[in-house]
Amino acid sequence: MYRYDEFDRTFVQERVAEFRDQVARRLSGELTEDQFKPLRLMNGVYLQLHAYMLRIAIPYGTLSSRQLRLLASIARDHDKGYGHFTTRQNLQFNWIALKDVPDILDKLAGVEMHAIQTSGNCIRNVTADHFAGAAADEAADPRPYAEILRQWSSLHPEFTFLPRKFKLAVIGAPNDRAAIQTHDIGLQVKRDETGSLGFAVYVGGGQGRTPMVARKLRDFLPEADLLAYCEAVLRVYNLEGRRDNKYKARIKILVHETGEAAFTEAVDAEFAALKGKALTLPADEVDRIGAYFASPAFASLPAQSDLYERAVKTDPAFARFASRNVHPHKIPGYGIVTISLKPTGQPPGDATATQMEAVADLAAHYGFDEIRVSHEQNLVLPHVRLDDIPAVFEALRAAGLATPNAGLVTDIISCPGLDYCSLATARSIPIAERLSERFADLDRQHAIGELKIKISGCINACGHHHVGHIGILGLERKGEEFYQITLGGSGDQICTIGEIVGRGFSSGEIVDAVETVIDTYLGLRTSPQETFLAAYRRVGEAPFREALYAAAG
Amino acid sequence: MPLFRNGRFEDDDWQIPAGDAPLPASGKVAVPKARFLAEREALRGRNAPVGVLLTAGDTLDDIVPDLPRLGLVVISFPKYADGRPYSLARLLRDRHGYVGELRASGDVLRDQVALMLRAGFDALDVTHAGTVAALREKRIVAVRHHYQPASAEASETRPDPRPWRRVSAALS
Ligand code: SF4
Repeated sequence: MYRYDEFDRTFVQERVAEFRDQVARRLSGELTEDQFKPLRLMNGVYLQLHAYMLRIAIPYGTLSSRQLRLLASIARDHDKGYGHFTTRQNLQFNWIALKDVPDILDKLAGVEMHAIQTSGNCIRNVTADHFAGAAADEAADPRPYAEILRQWSSLHPEFTFLPRKFKLAVIGAPNDRAAIQTHDIGLQVKRDETGSLGFAVYVGGGQGRTPMVARKLRDFLPEADLLAYCEAVLRVYNLEGRRDNKYKARIKILVHETGEAAFTEAVDAEFAALKGKALTLPADEVDRIGAYFASPAFASLPAQSDLYERAVKTDPAFARFASRNVHPHKIPGYGIVTISLKPTGQPPGDATATQMEAVADLAAHYGFDEIRVSHEQNLVLPHVRLDDIPAVFEALRAAGLATPNAGLVTDIISCPGLDYCSLATARSIPIAERLSERFADLDRQHAIGELKIKISGCINACGHHHVGHIGILGLERKGEEFYQITLGGSGDQICTIGEIVGRGFSSGEIVDAVETVIDTYLGLRTSPQETFLAAYRRVGEAPFREALYAAAG
Repeated sequence: MPLFRNGRFEDDDWQIPAGDAPLPASGKVAVPKARFLAEREALRGRNAPVGVLLTAGDTLDDIVPDLPRLGLVVISFPKYADGRPYSLARLLRDRHGYVGELRASGDVLRDQVALMLRAGFDALDVTHAGTVAALREKRIVAVRHHYQPASAEASETRPDPRPWRRVSAALS
């Protein structure tokens, strides 16, 4: 993974000193809360319903065991003993005292971490495929480019006060595990016919109250032009994006209102002027950054592991874990292990300090010291020998982290909702918890198969409900929470916005309604291999609507 | 209004007539873009440097031909969270090669000063008392190490062979 040198260290220390000064001015009253707000947001400090929240950047979701251990110690010393992994691959602490923040940032700097640009109207933490460098289907590792983008976007003097937040995501495989088409800029690293590296560039995706799938502006942008092109897109957005209405300020609205052709033309004009100048990526710089992400020293192993196969045959619990939480690795004899942070009845994405330490130990012992955070709010050990996976499973089980539900109905994404968030219109975590209890039976979950439920506590859609196979949006009417269901959404390479099926359901009804949808699917699928999404795409919403609303008339 | 220019507070040698007030007979004068375009010929005939006032949201297109002759461009920040002036400044410096004074006015606050200088501003029209004091007393704490080339190349150094790293001079 990327390691700081003296320059990087100085940069982060200077930023901590700057923020310490800003906090001191707030605490002394020199800054009002209004004046302080954009300053603290730019450094990941939110004011929530009950306390300050600190959001820590985990660039492209990559952590070492030392970093995860430090996060555990912060959870213990400054929070209530746990942290919350987010859909942007970051970590949030929900119970932080403002006066502690500069010291926490100092501690983070000691392990090459920070909270820079985890909120605010700037370029946010860059996300990437959580299987990067390990996935069998990868054309190239997206992380070096994510790191190059991270550096370029850090305290960019021109793009610190954008109309609205700006999110980038990078993948290197045809299977999109980072939902790039729901981002302001989504990049797919690929090779052209000659074998040269470059990017498919998608611009203008987003969720929120006006969900939009990004437009593909370039099928192949040469590698060297990455930053010049991104700077061109950002400059057009910074100058032209709407600033009169925060709900119309994202780049998706600009692309939509300008029209794809005119927008592309504006970007191309800007790009023509920037191309070939200071921002061109020199090949040796790409190589230098790329070297940090070189593969670890994999052993040469047989593709099959007897130990692993035996465990699958003899231990049904392990077999279940293996079928959902182990993914194929590009190197024979290795596997990618997903650690579910969605145990039955718990808030999705939460991990206790003890659990973080357990994962750090496993990564150090079995996994080349690497941990990933997925945008689905789980953790990943990207490089584990198949031989070791049974032992890893046992250790995870002891830590309460072996839930074999990756990609299943209880692997729910949920935003914090009304329990924490001051913008919420309804609770979302309790709905996730109740669904997880309703479908707790593992045989049933495995019989249902791949199914992504995503829940947001308001129209801002932080829980990505628009791209949930089943999406749930919490709203409020006359003081009552109610929940709208969308079906058929998907954040992968065939990116689709879900369709609203009909009137919403009360908090008391929503879990039954989801169960009705799932039972309907089970009744109409052509075979257990036909996933919910595939079945929905085949039959459309009619049978589901009928099942949900027929009884009511 | 205190003018912070070239790293210190200086007297403002420019006159900016209010509204439609007649132009002073002599001396450096700057006017809003609309007036500049309307009175371009008359302004050209003056025997002293001329400047233009822009605000966030203005475009540069119609003044580009005049830039080589302009001595001052002022860009006003209606709110400090309005980031458009940063892009305008960079376009003026990098795209159009504007070398005259580039002044930020309006909501100029201490936490943005370093960004403004990197975007190519070399003068700040500061009204905020706290910012004036912080600049005078050299109390501005800002990040000096940067990951991207911007529009202050002449005053920044390169700490190592990495293509994009820059270090700017201390503000205090
Ligand atoms: S979707 Fe709404 S409730 Fe949920 S975190 Fe975002 S703003 Fe808060």
